[in-house]
Amino acid sequence: MTRPTVDLRPASLPPNPPSRPMLTYLARPQVIALAAVLLVNWLLFPGFFSVTWQDGRFFGSLIDVLNRGAPVAILAIGMTAVIATKGVDLSVGAVMAISGAVAAVLVTSGVSAPVAVLAALGAGLLCGLWNGILVTVLEIQPIIATLVLMVAGRGLAQLITEGTIVTFSDPVLIFIGTGSFLGFPMPVVIALVLMIAATLIVRRTALGLLIEAVGVNRSAARFAGLSANALLLIVYTFAGLCAAIAGLIVAGDIRGADANNAGLWLELDAILAVVIGGTSLMGGRFSIPMAVLGAVIIQAMNTGILISGFSPQFNLVVKSAVIIVILVLQSPLMAQAFRRRPSATPPKSGTPQ
Amino acid sequence: MNIIKTLALGAGLSGLLLSAAYAEGLQGKVIGFSQIGSESGWRAAETSVTKAVAAELGIDLKFADAQQKQENQIKAIRGFIAQGVDAILVAPVVATGWEEVLTEAKEANIPVVLLDRGIEGPEDLYLTSVASDQVKEGRVAGEWLVGAVGDKQCNVVELQGTVGSSPAINRKQGFEEALAGKANLAIIRSQTGDFTRSKGKEVMEGFLKAEGGGANICAVYAHNDDMAVGAIQAIKDAGLKPGTDILVVSIDAVPDIFAAMVAGEANATVELTPNMAGPAFEALDAYLNGGTVPPKFIITESKLYTPADDPQGEYDRRKGLGY
Repeated sequence: MTRPTVDLRPASLPPNPPSRPMLTYLARPQVIALAAVLLVNWLLFPGFFSVTWQDGRFFGSLIDVLNRGAPVAILAIGMTAVIATKGVDLSVGAVMAISGAVAAVLVTSGVSAPVAVLAALGAGLLCGLWNGILVTVLEIQPIIATLVLMVAGRGLAQLITEGTIVTFSDPVLIFIGTGSFLGFPMPVVIALVLMIAATLIVRRTALGLLIEAVGVNRSAARFAGLSANALLLIVYTFAGLCAAIAGLIVAGDIRGADANNAGLWLELDAILAVVIGGTSLMGGRFSIPMAVLGAVIIQAMNTGILISGFSPQFNLVVKSAVIIVILVLQSPLMAQAFRRRPSATPPKSGTPQ
Repeated sequence: MNIIKTLALGAGLSGLLLSAAYAEGLQGKVIGFSQIGSESGWRAAETSVTKAVAAELGIDLKFADAQQKQENQIKAIRGFIAQGVDAILVAPVVATGWEEVLTEAKEANIPVVLLDRGIEGPEDLYLTSVASDQVKEGRVAGEWLVGAVGDKQCNVVELQGTVGSSPAINRKQGFEEALAGKANLAIIRSQTGDFTRSKGKEVMEGFLKAEGGGANICAVYAHNDDMAVGAIQAIKDAGLKPGTDILVVSIDAVPDIFAAMVAGEANATVELTPNMAGPAFEALDAYLNGGTVPPKFIITESKLYTPADDPQGEYDRRKGLGY
C-alpha cells in the first residue's frame, strides 16, 4: 500500500533511496575504483585472486595488498580525525621512525618486549601531544606545527638508533609485524580492530559530531560551548598513537628499526588515502572506513605495479595517472553526473512497505 | 658501552688496515673532513672508520657533519681553509657547485681529496678522488652467479636501487655485462626496492607470487644488502629456503648480510669498503712528504665475500663500525 510520505529534506538535495543502503554503498566511487584497480591487477596477473593456505596462514597477492596497506591504513585512521578538524599531520612518518627506534633500541638493550612496546606507544602519544600543543596553545597553523616534528622527528629517530639499522630478534616485536591471527597477518588484524574501534567511538558517541563541528568552524564551536582545544589535543594525540602503532608494525616486519627510511613519505600516502576516502581537506566531513579503503586502493595499485613487470621508471607515472582518475571520479562534477541518473527516473511512487 | 665500542672498532680496523703500510708522515698533520651526514649505515661506518684511521696515524682530524646540505659543506671547507689545515677530505653531497670553494682551497695551497663520490668541474680543483667502481661491483656479483650456477638454467630477479641513482644504474649495468652471452641465465623481473629493507621485502613478495610462488626463480640479485635482507625474509615467508632454493647475491657487505650468511640464507656479497680514507691518507702522505702527485681516480677494491670467508668473523669485525 503506497502512502505519500513527507520529505523533510531541503528540496535541493536529491532524494536517496533509503531502502537500499548496501547498493549505494557499493556504488561509491571508492569502491568502484578499488574494483577497477583489482580488475586491472587480475588482467595483468591471472593468479592475483588466488589465496592459498600455507604454514597456518593465508598466502596470496590479495593478502599482500592488505598486509602492505595496513601501516598506511592505520596512519590514515589517525589522519582522518586530524583532517576532519581542518588540520593536517605531516609528522606521522617521522613518528613511525621514532616509535620503531625506541622499541628496537630498548629490546636490544635487554628491556622486556611489552615495556618496549608501551614505551614506543608512549613516544607516539608524546609526539602527538606536542603537535596538539603547538596547534592549540601556540595556535600555529597545523601544516607548520607538524612540519617541525616531521623534520626534527627523523633526526630524533636517527639519534636514538645512532644512524644505524638496529636489528632485533625479539619474538613479540616480530609477531606484531609478521605474525598471524586466524590466518590473517597481524598488521591487517590490528588495522581492522583499530578501524572498527575508532569508527564506533566517533559514530556511536557525539565525538564525531564534535570533531566535525570544530572542523567546520573552530570559533563557532567554541562559542557553542565546545572545548575545541581539548578536542584538538585528543585528535593529534590519537594521530601520534596511530603512527606509533604503524611504526611498530614496520619495524617488526623487517626485524629492525631503519630510522632513515621507516615511514619516509608515508604521511603523504596517508593524506592521499584520506582524500581518496572522500574526507574534505576543509574539515567537517570525514569517514574512517573510507580512508582505510583509500589506503587499500593505493596499496592495490602499488602491488599491481610490482607484479605487472613494467620497468620501475614507470612506477610513479602509472601511480599518478590512476590517482588522477580516482580523484576525478569523485569530484563534485562527477558526483552530480552519478546522482542525476537515479533522480532522472524517480522511484515509482514511494517504497513498498 | 663506549669502551666496548672503541675496542670493537679497533678490532675491526686491524682487519681493514692489513694491506696498508703507512709511513709516519702524517703524524701531527691537521686534516679537515667534511662528511655528508648520517644518511645510511654505510655512511656512519665510513665516518667512524675515517676517524679511527686518522687516530691510528696520529692525524688531528677536524670533522664536520653537513647534515646532507651542500651549504654546510661549503661553510665547513671555508672554515678549514681559514684554520690553515694541511689537507681537506670531502664526501660531496651533490656533484655540482663546488668550483668557487675548491678554487679558494687551491689558492690557499690546500690539497683536497674527494671521497666516495665525484664532482662535475675542472679536475685540477682536487688532488685525487677515492671511490669504488660501481659497475665493477655489479660485474663481480654477476660473475659469482655465473660461476655458481654453471650450466643450469637460472631465472634471476633483480631488486634495483632508487630509480635514477648512479649506484642503481651502474650496478645494474655491471651485472648485465657479466650475464651477457650466458644463454642459461636470464633476468626475468627487475623492480626498484629503493635500497631499503621494507621495500626489498615487499617487491620480493610480489616477485614470488608472480613467478609461481618462487618456483621459477633461481636467484635474486639486490643492489644493496639491505634489500637482500628484506628479500630473504620474503622468501622464508613463502615457505622457501633462501640460500638454497633461491640464491641471494648482493652488494655492500654490511654486518647483517654476514649474519644471514652464518644462517645459510645469503650466498655472496661484494664489499663497498667504508675505508675510503685509508687510500686518501696514503695519497696525501705521498704528496705532502714526497711531492708525488697521485692518479686522479683511486679505485677501491670490490672484494667478493661468500660463506667460505668466515662470515661470523666478518660480522663481529664490522658490527662495531657503526653500520
